[in-house]
Amino acid sequence: MAACGRRITSLLCRAPLKNLMSGTVLPARVNRFGTAATAVEEPPIRPDVKIDYNQILINGQFLDSASGKTFPTYDPRTEEVIAHVAEGDAEDIDRAVAAARQAFDNGPWRKMTAYERSRIINQCADIVEKHNDEIAMLETLDNGKTYEQASKIEIPTVVRILRYYAGWPDKIHGLVVPADGPHHVQIMHEAIGVAGQIIPWNFPLLMLAWKVGPALACGNTIVMKTAEQTPLSALYVAKLFHDAGLPPGVLNIVSGFGPTAGAALASHTDVDKVAFTGSTATGKIILELAAKSNLKQVTLELGGKSPFIVCEDADVDEAVELAHFALFFNQGQCCCAGSRTFVHESIYDEFVEKSKARALRRVVGDPFKTGVEQGPQIDDLQFKKILGCIKSGVESGATLETGGGRFGNKGFYVQPTIFSNVKDEMFIAKEEIFGPVQSILKFKDINEVIQRSNASRYGLAAGVFTQNIDTANTLSRSLRVGTVWVNCFDIFDAAIPFGGFKMSGQGREKGIDSLKNYLQVKSVVTSLKNPAWL
Amino acid sequence: MGDSKTEIKFSQLFINGSFVDSLSGNTFETLDPRTGEVIALVAEGGKEDIDLAVKAAREAFDHGKWPRMPGSERGKILMKFASLIEEHADEIAAIDTLDAGKLFYFGKFAQIPAIAGNVRYYAGAADKIHGETLKMSREFQAYTLKEPIGVVGAIIPWNFPSMMFSIKVSPALAVGCTVIVKPAEQSPLSALYYAHLAKLAGIPDGVLNVVPGFGPTAGAALASHMDVDKVTFTGSTEVGRKIMEASAKSNLKSITLELGGKSPVIIFDDADLDMAVELARLAIFFNKGEVCIAGSRVLVQEGIYDEFIKKCIEKSKEWKVGDPFDPTVNQGPQIDKTQYEKVLSYIELGKSEGAKLVSGGKACGDKGYYIEPTIFTDVKDDMRIAQEEIFGPVMSVMKFKTIDEAIERGNCSIYGLGAGVITKNIDTVNQMSRSLRVGVVWVNCYFAFDPDLPFGGYKMSGFGKDQGMDSIEGFVKKKTVATPLYNSPWL
Repeated sequence: MAACGRRITSLLCRAPLKNLMSGTVLPARVNRFGTAATAVEEPPIRPDVKIDYNQILINGQFLDSASGKTFPTYDPRTEEVIAHVAEGDAEDIDRAVAAARQAFDNGPWRKMTAYERSRIINQCADIVEKHNDEIAMLETLDNGKTYEQASKIEIPTVVRILRYYAGWPDKIHGLVVPADGPHHVQIMHEAIGVAGQIIPWNFPLLMLAWKVGPALACGNTIVMKTAEQTPLSALYVAKLFHDAGLPPGVLNIVSGFGPTAGAALASHTDVDKVAFTGSTATGKIILELAAKSNLKQVTLELGGKSPFIVCEDADVDEAVELAHFALFFNQGQCCCAGSRTFVHESIYDEFVEKSKARALRRVVGDPFKTGVEQGPQIDDLQFKKILGCIKSGVESGATLETGGGRFGNKGFYVQPTIFSNVKDEMFIAKEEIFGPVQSILKFKDINEVIQRSNASRYGLAAGVFTQNIDTANTLSRSLRVGTVWVNCFDIFDAAIPFGGFKMSGQGREKGIDSLKNYLQVKSVVTSLKNPAWL
Repeated sequence: MGDSKTEIKFSQLFINGSFVDSLSGNTFETLDPRTGEVIALVAEGGKEDIDLAVKAAREAFDHGKWPRMPGSERGKILMKFASLIEEHADEIAAIDTLDAGKLFYFGKFAQIPAIAGNVRYYAGAADKIHGETLKMSREFQAYTLKEPIGVVGAIIPWNFPSMMFSIKVSPALAVGCTVIVKPAEQSPLSALYYAHLAKLAGIPDGVLNVVPGFGPTAGAALASHMDVDKVTFTGSTEVGRKIMEASAKSNLKSITLELGGKSPVIIFDDADLDMAVELARLAIFFNKGEVCIAGSRVLVQEGIYDEFIKKCIEKSKEWKVGDPFDPTVNQGPQIDKTQYEKVLSYIELGKSEGAKLVSGGKACGDKGYYIEPTIFTDVKDDMRIAQEEIFGPVMSVMKFKTIDEAIERGNCSIYGLGAGVITKNIDTVNQMSRSLRVGVVWVNCYFAFDPDLPFGGYKMSGFGKDQGMDSIEGFVKKKTVATPLYNSPWL
């Protein structure tokens, strides 16, 4: 199942961004892209981490799949197998849903006080924090993202997200609303029930936290299907959650593939809600399966082709750095990547030159190595797809400024790639590439850039770079997207809702809005006799 | 029992992260209400000490990191604070028992853990202080910001030294305010202990200051200080009025007042009588009747009046008065000699007003400030024992006929803090709930406090709310920001 991603954290505002991304201070023997390809030819660093959990987790127990089948998960640095993982299918989903159903209908979880649930979620956060480094190693090994990013940003952000949601259970308030007649009206917010959650491979554990945080805070039980590319960290962390006091059956994890396990979950009639993050194509399938089964509620967080708009008053150096980060972060495997860089014509040439220089400085290599900015893509499929997109860019007449091919000769590494003179109708300007390929487009005036930015079937996010308050306000209101970042990008605080307009999805994750995805609304209306007031 | 081993470690003022003597060098005695003997000499804060504490709090607010760190960071520190409170529940409960005569086992196993829960509630609220974006009717973009109000003075009473500390300080700290607590002179010790734990938890110096002292000196200095932005007070209506005056005469600081009450417990004919007796007894005798929201007027419908009284008398005999360190005891001593004598004088007054004393009515024990659980029946609305806050274990029972009469008489008070309603009839419940002019109505329960449940009075019981997300509003100022929009596609 294709996936879509995002970057997380308020930690990454400008200063740490520079420290982390610009590679200005590099240890010896780290090679920059363009100067040496030897980095990936060195033997890969062997992280000190064991694969303890590779089975399906149902009702607090690790089990083999019903079929006994397994599938390999690969190290994208070497294309070698890391582990064989139990492969869940419809029968395993049935078992997991039965466990979640039982936990919701009859287990202790539902009858716990909000405070008790809050304590457990906090304890889950504490235990993840304690195991930060080994979880980050698993994440890097399975996904190829840099260890610095995983250990210093992503896992701490998982902890932060969990703590945010730990604060919610005892503050979920319904309203008491006025009635036109003698009626007393209370609005109750109740857990939906069993939530099916299908998460992608680009930020495996963060996506887990975004999904389980609100579901648990609202008192639901969960069956989660992880991406087949990255099943390991979720199993490890779910085990820790149980150690921290999460009752059995509340969180069940089934590793497996979309057309089998994913489809079974999305079409299960005992599942009350399904939340999916991934490609728009798969999102459509999920919505159809919900429609064809029990009309379960659906939250979708899908693809994007997000504009990053650099206005004429922008500081070019800052804009170049931020636009570079917006696209190349996480190997470009972000659903909200700033993949259409619109630059005002007055600074276009300078911007392209400096962006090219920045891309040439980007440090590609073993993601376990300190100072490396970019690891391998997730797998062979994505790797080839990206190289195909680059070919299409060249063929359609865009100017290839730098990059354009494989990096090294082993693993799924792609050179940081920049196209200039990109036109709106080109494939690379319309489709999600999900890789380290920046497309730089030229614009003349603000109305034009609004119109061109919105001319996309996606509407996930946008970046706006300007010092002018009126320009910032006009763009913020005019762009048909779920998030506008002004003079920043990829700011993913726990309290900021995230999600898309148009075909980028439905519903919002994070923040108070995310709770709505996991709550039913019940109105209780009682007749009043002789009320003092209405 | 826990008292002999309880050592008093903190008895000085806590200002800017350090325990210090008062500038005058003065101290005052805090007494054990079981014996009237001195527990400790405590540094006595005066006006000049309040000045120092305000200066520290001001500096911490204006230039320190506390209001400038993300809410989530403050939340993390408050979580640590909560864990430390829980770890020290035994010691804190013993301090409150020694200092305020509170039941030790209730403190250790219920009250202090609940306080940790309260701190955790606000730790979780620290990153959920939401402003709003607004819909303007013209081409404007506008929004609200909820900003910490600044330096907060918290003046807290002696009846629940720990709980009052927590419900005032936790939301103030969560939103980023800095605080000066003046605990009651009768029970200053646990607040100083909390200051010590707060420092261990990582609350920066100057953010939380504790200045024990007396109302007319330290309290008045805080309420009239020009550099204090907010005073939150729990105590008597009489002192509440002084606080408000002091604010008016100084810098118009904003105030929250949680004051006295004469809360009715209204029991209808269809009530489960045993439950009604149990709740009525709890409502007035819990914490020796030293509760602002004590159910001090028990209105009973005529059909069950006699039987209610009979059972209530029996039940009050089972209510054991004695050493609060004894796990079988229900009621310890009143807080001090002044209160003890005041309560006894109200009992005499009740008798002379013509109410019928059917149970208790005397002091008990050979030392300390113990009073028997006392029940008056045939109490009339115009008697002073039916109108004034006695703040002791004295129940006044009255008879009523109809629901309209219960509403009118329930509301016949200068106070409006709380009410209990005991009935199985849903229409009666709903009519009473909407008709009573009080801040909280407990239906078939009493003292159902919760961190998420706002608490505070109507009428002369005060204004503003403690607890719940509502209390956050008392510690923030709302700022609106508007800017014109050009070329916006929608408004």
